[in-house]
Amino acid sequence: MSEPQITPITMPKWGLSMVEGKVIEWLVEENSEIAVGDEIMDIETEKIANTFEALDGGTLRRKVANADETLGVGALLGVLASADTSEADIDGFITAFQANYVPPEVSEEGETGPAYEWIETADYKIRYLRMGEGDKNIVLIHGFGGDLDLWLFTQEPLAAKATVYALDLPGHGQSTKAVRDGSVTALAEIVVKFMDAVGIDHAHLVGHSLGGAVALQTALAHSGKVDALSLLAPASLGQSINGEYISGFIAAESRREIKPLLQQLVGDPGLVNRNFIDGILKFKRLDGVTEALTTIAAGFVDGNTQTVDLRDALAGLSISVRVIWGSADRIIPADHALELPANVAVDVLDGRGHLVMLEAASEVNKLLQS
Amino acid sequence: MARKILYQDAINEALDQEMARDENVVIMGEDVVGGMGTGGEMDAWGGVLGVTKGLYGKYGDRIMDSPISESALVGAAVGAAATGMRPVCELMFIDFMGVCFDQIYNQAAKFRYMFGGKATTPVVIRTMYGAGFRAAAQHSQCLYNIFTHVPGLKVVMPSTPYDAKGLLIQAIRDDDPVIFCEHKALYATEGDVPEESYVIPFGEANIVREGDDITIVALGRMVLYAGQVAEKLSTEGISCEIIDPRTTSPFDEDTVLESVENTGRLVIVDESSPRCNVATDISSLVAQKGFSTLKAPIEMVTAPHTPVPFSGALEDLYIPSPERIETAVRKVAAYGG
Repeated sequence: MSEPQITPITMPKWGLSMVEGKVIEWLVEENSEIAVGDEIMDIETEKIANTFEALDGGTLRRKVANADETLGVGALLGVLASADTSEADIDGFITAFQANYVPPEVSEEGETGPAYEWIETADYKIRYLRMGEGDKNIVLIHGFGGDLDLWLFTQEPLAAKATVYALDLPGHGQSTKAVRDGSVTALAEIVVKFMDAVGIDHAHLVGHSLGGAVALQTALAHSGKVDALSLLAPASLGQSINGEYISGFIAAESRREIKPLLQQLVGDPGLVNRNFIDGILKFKRLDGVTEALTTIAAGFVDGNTQTVDLRDALAGLSISVRVIWGSADRIIPADHALELPANVAVDVLDGRGHLVMLEAASEVNKLLQS
Repeated sequence: MARKILYQDAINEALDQEMARDENVVIMGEDVVGGMGTGGEMDAWGGVLGVTKGLYGKYGDRIMDSPISESALVGAAVGAAATGMRPVCELMFIDFMGVCFDQIYNQAAKFRYMFGGKATTPVVIRTMYGAGFRAAAQHSQCLYNIFTHVPGLKVVMPSTPYDAKGLLIQAIRDDDPVIFCEHKALYATEGDVPEESYVIPFGEANIVREGDDITIVALGRMVLYAGQVAEKLSTEGISCEIIDPRTTSPFDEDTVLESVENTGRLVIVDESSPRCNVATDISSLVAQKGFSTLKAPIEMVTAPHTPVPFSGALEDLYIPSPERIETAVRKVAAYGG
C-alpha cells in the first residue's frame, strides 16, 4: 500500500431543492470493500427514497451516520480508507470534517422552488424548467400522469454539459389542463411547438413511457429537429401495457386507492413515500385533470393493449437511439426491449421498475451521457 | 405549488373561482359586503375579518348583506339551495347557531332523506370557531361536534390554506349541506396553494406527518400544535404520526385505525370541551374496532368542561397547549415500557 488515503462519503444532493436527506439504512457492513457504483445506502428525500451508489471505492472503515438520522447535503455519512490507516487517523479526519461542515440553509430559492417558465401556443400554456448553458440541447419529456419534476435526479446532472429543458405536457403538471387532442401525434407537435417557442432548432430528446412514444414520434415526423433519442421504458414498442394501472390512476381519488398503484411504478415499493403520493394526489385533484388523463389515455391505450405502434419505424432512423428499461417494469414489460433493430442500443437494468430514471438515477444518467 | 397565500385568502379564492364558474353560487351573511344599509361599493369590510373582501366589486348582487337575523339568513339560504341555487352563507360565529338550528338540523339536514332523494340542499354554512381571541364565552366555542352529531350534515374543518381552498370548493359543489368551520387563529397562517381550482374529497384524512411510535389525531388549529410537539419529540427519538381528519363527518375511520395498528398508542387533541366531543368519538371508535392493537390507554387532550373564560390568563390555560399535548404524548409513550 502506498500512503494512506481517507475519503469521505457525504450526503448526496439529488435535485435542486434537496437540502437534507434521511438515512433509511446502510446496505453495506463496516470493513467491507466498496467499488464505485455499489449500492451503499438507502436515503429518503422530500420527493422519493433512493439508493445511494458509491462515488469512490475503498474499504468502508467507519459508518458515521445512523439509520433514521436526517442530515444536510454534504454531511459526513462514512469514511473510506485503506486497511493500514490507523483508527486515530480516521478519528482525526472525522473530527476535522465535522468541525468544518456547514449544513446548507434553506434559501429563499429553495422555499419558492426552481424558476419555472412558461410558453404559450395557440391552445396551451406550457410550463418548463431550463438548466445549463451548453451548446447541446436536451429536451426531457415525462410520461402519462407525470410532470417535469420526475426529472429531478436527471436534469441537473445532464445540465453540466448541455442546455436541458424539461416540460409539462398538456394536461399535466402546471401546463393547461384542457387537452384538445391527446394523441401521440398531437403531443409530438406540441414538443415541436415548444422547441420553436424556446428557440431551439434541434435537440436530443429523452422521453419516459408515453413521453418516449412522443419523442419517437417527434423524430419520425421531424427528422431534422432530433439529434438523438433516449427512450426510457417507452410506450409504442410493443402491444402489452398495464391497463389496470392506467384506468386505476385516472379513477383514484384517495391515498388508499393510489398508493398500491404508485408502488407498481418501482421495483422496490418502499421507495414510494408520503410526499410522492401527496404530490400525485394534489395534481389529480386539479380541475380538468381527470378529463385530460382520460383523453390522453384514449390516444395510446385500449384496455391492456397499446394502440400506437412505432416499433417498425425505429430501423429507419439514422440518428443514435438508446432504449433503457427496468427488468422489473410492471407497467410496460421490459421484453419490449428485446429484438429491437441493430441501430438501437439497449440497456435493461436489473430489478428496476418503470420509473427507472428515479430508481436508478446514476446508472441512467451515465447511459444518457455516454 | 410555489405560491404561498394566507388561509383567509385561500377561502376568498375558492369563493371567487366558484362564483366565476357557476352563476348559481351566491354569498349571503352579516357584513359580507360592507354592512347592512351601506351601498357596498366601497366594499369596506368583506366580513368581520375581511374574508369576502373584493367579491362584491366582481359579482355585485350575488353577494348579499343580510339583516342581523341568523334564522332569516340561514333559512333563506337553505330554501334557496332547495330550489337549485348554491348559497354560501356565513354564520359569523359558530356560537350563534342556537338561533338558526332548526333551519340547519331539522330542515337542511333532512330534505334529501324526507323527500326520498328528490330534493338536494347544496348549501354551505361558513362559520368561525375557536378560542384565543379574548372574545369571551359567547364567541369562542368549538361547537363542530354538535353538527357532527346530526345525520345529513357534512362537517369540515381545514387546518391549512391548501385544505381550506380545496375543501371549500368541494363543499360548494357538494349536493349536501356542509358546515364549514374556520378557526379564527388560522386566518393569518400561510401555505402553498395552487392557483388553479381543485377539490379535496370529504372523508379523506391527511397524514400530516408519518411516524411509528404514537398516533396523534388532531383537529383544526390543534394540528399545528401537534406538529410542534412531534418536531420537538423527534429529537429525542420519539416518532409521532399526525393525522388530520379534515372532515369530522364523513370521518375517515380507516386511516386512524391503520395508524393505530402500526403505533399501538393514540393521543387525540380536540379544542372543544371534553364531553361528547370528537375526541371521545374517535376514542370509542378505536376502543371498539382497534382494541387489540392498543399498547396503552388512549389519551385525550381537550379544553376543560367550562365556558371559555373572559380572563386572558384563564383563556390561555383553557386552550390545549403544546405543553399539555407533549405531556400526554410522553405519558402514552412511557406506558408499559
